Amino acid sequence: MFVFIVRRILQTIPVLLGVSLVVFLIMQMVPGDPATLLAGEGATKETIEMIRHQLGLDRPILYQYFDYVIHAVQGDFGESLRSSRPVLDEILVRLPITLELALASIFITVVLGMVAGIISATKQYSASDISIMIVALLGISLPSFWLGLMLIYFFSVNLQWFPVSGWGTFKHMILPAITLGAGGAAIVARMTRSSMLEVVRQDYIRTAKAKGLKEHVIIYKHGLKNALIPVITVVGLQFGALLGGTVLTESVFAINGLGRLIVDAIRTRDLPMVQGGVLIASVIFVFMNLAVDVLYRYFNKRIDLN
Amino acid sequence: MKQFDEKILEVKNLQTYFFTDEGTSKAVNGISFTLNKGETLGIVGESGSGKSITSLSLLRLIQSPPGKITGGSILFKGEDLLTKTEKQMRSIRGNEISMIFQEPMTSLNPVYSAGEQIAEAIRLHQKLGKKEAWNKAVDMLRLVGIPSPEKRAKQEPHELSGGMRQRVMIAMALACHPEVLIADEPTTALDVTIQAQILELIKTLQKDFGTAVILITHDLGVVYETCDRVAVMYAGKIVEYTLAKEIFTNPKHPYTIGLLNSLPRLDMDQEELTTIPGTVPSPYNMPKGCSFAPRCAHAKRICEQAVPDLQSTGPSTQVSCWMFTPQWEQDHDVQEKVGV
Ligand SMILES: Nc1ncnc2c1ncn2[C@@H]1O[C@H](COP(=O)(O)OP(=O)(O)OP(=O)(O)O)[C@@H](O)[C@H]1O
Ligand code: SF4
Ligand SMILES: [Mg+2]
Repeated sequence: MFVFIVRRILQTIPVLLGVSLVVFLIMQMVPGDPATLLAGEGATKETIEMIRHQLGLDRPILYQYFDYVIHAVQGDFGESLRSSRPVLDEILVRLPITLELALASIFITVVLGMVAGIISATKQYSASDISIMIVALLGISLPSFWLGLMLIYFFSVNLQWFPVSGWGTFKHMILPAITLGAGGAAIVARMTRSSMLEVVRQDYIRTAKAKGLKEHVIIYKHGLKNALIPVITVVGLQFGALLGGTVLTESVFAINGLGRLIVDAIRTRDLPMVQGGVLIASVIFVFMNLAVDVLYRYFNKRIDLN
Repeated sequence: MKQFDEKILEVKNLQTYFFTDEGTSKAVNGISFTLNKGETLGIVGESGSGKSITSLSLLRLIQSPPGKITGGSILFKGEDLLTKTEKQMRSIRGNEISMIFQEPMTSLNPVYSAGEQIAEAIRLHQKLGKKEAWNKAVDMLRLVGIPSPEKRAKQEPHELSGGMRQRVMIAMALACHPEVLIADEPTTALDVTIQAQILELIKTLQKDFGTAVILITHDLGVVYETCDRVAVMYAGKIVEYTLAKEIFTNPKHPYTIGLLNSLPRLDMDQEELTTIPGTVPSPYNMPKGCSFAPRCAHAKRICEQAVPDLQSTGPSTQVSCWMFTPQWEQDHDVQEKVGV
């Protein structure tokens, strides 16, 4: 297991290098020159050249890239072109907000999804099963920004239960977390249901019954632990969707998280900020995947060996 | 000859049907037998004859829907299990009547240790603490012949071989000293050498504990070695019910004779093994009369018109075949059978 974890950590290095290179190249290709933008309208050619030189943009691209990587591994992502503050500082201010949002939505995905899936499976074809599956189908099909807008419309504007936008209190978290977590919860609910239904047909469930165990012990002790193995994979995949989702959700609810920081930086061609933001997001993503892999392997070792 | 005369289980006219889209399958179609304290009853029959459904019915473990016990009674120590509440059934399952299954590879839960799965039953039925139950589980593993039981108890099923898993199942089933053990083809999935060991183990433990055993098998050799009495099942019914030795020396029902003739034997110079012609009738489309009639070389008109009852032909033998009834001689219309 230890070897496995170390190997997986080493594998993240080329992934992160690749991501940084792609981001770097894309930012080179997008139209709009940061030096021109920075110099402002009506600046002379010389001024623009001078700014370009100051930023190091006149050097060969490959040189720029390696220079960037060497600084980045030391925690230096450069300075924001807009605020002139270190990129890392700005990111560290926004990151906790995004992590809070992500955690809250994972909570929604996992808890809501599993509970709904278990209810569905144990009461197959009942009214609650059918309604849960219909809601889940909607949850998968609806775009999250639309869901977010609808939630704001009903619960913030009409009922005024929750604030329309912003971040800071528990009440601020609820609607964005639902918006971001709903799609995942729907997928997890469907997966939990089918996995549970599969598991209750297994021979060891019959053994558990023949032992004289109560129905709920059979379902929660003998069934659930086995049923959750495939669910873990699905939850893991949701992390990927989550990262993209924070950008949209933060925009809809005007939350000043990392997603919004990156979007703003793209709009203003704040190159170092975009690169730093995407890179940090990738690091988080890669390590979340790592955690899922380790968990999955832990739960799955018996099955692999069979 | 051992004498068993105290009834522990008495099954009367048990019927278990499956209601499916294709129709009604009468998997168990009115069977009756008794099991005495300490004895071993064999149930033999081809695949699909209803052996497993019979044994699952005894513990009321039939998946419903589509299955349902539609009639009869199962008297355990004089009380009908079919009238018990689910709660009462739970205190009987794994405690007074327990079961070993056909598939040792999949019958244990892959995510719990062998010891935990045995200890769980002990905690449940004997109300012992965690530590005591665990120690007892280890004792049981030692009893069923698992080497270094302390270590094995902590292992999960994927770390154990098929034979060892079946030993764990036996340990689990016997942990609470049940009065009845139902073993549904406990050795079918195992290697031949392991088969003999497992049967020997069941036999030894049965003697030590005085457990009555229902041993389901499709191997007549196993019946000869292990059982006191035997019920031959065909298409959801018992067609012959007699002493185990009797079935080899004096088989009565044409199906039993067919089964014996398809058995390789050392003491007879058989030219070739004869198999029973034809196949088991579809459970959705049973013949009107004797269900064996389409395959029986002796079948007469009466066989195709009415179902023969299970009747005594001797002090300890019952057969369901028209041949052993007074009506047989009156029916002169022997059916012409092509290819039989
Ligand atoms: N879930 C089910 N749905 C419909 N019919 C079923 C179901 N389970 C069993 N049956 C019917 O019950 C009949 C008897 O099955 P059973 O498992 O008791 O056979 P068996 O004698 O144990 O055979 P084997 O030697 O293969 O274990 C089958 O032929 C089938 O028609
Ligand atoms: S009743 Fe008739 S068909 Fe059935 S086994 Fe006896 S002789 Fe054969
Ligand atoms: Mg069977």
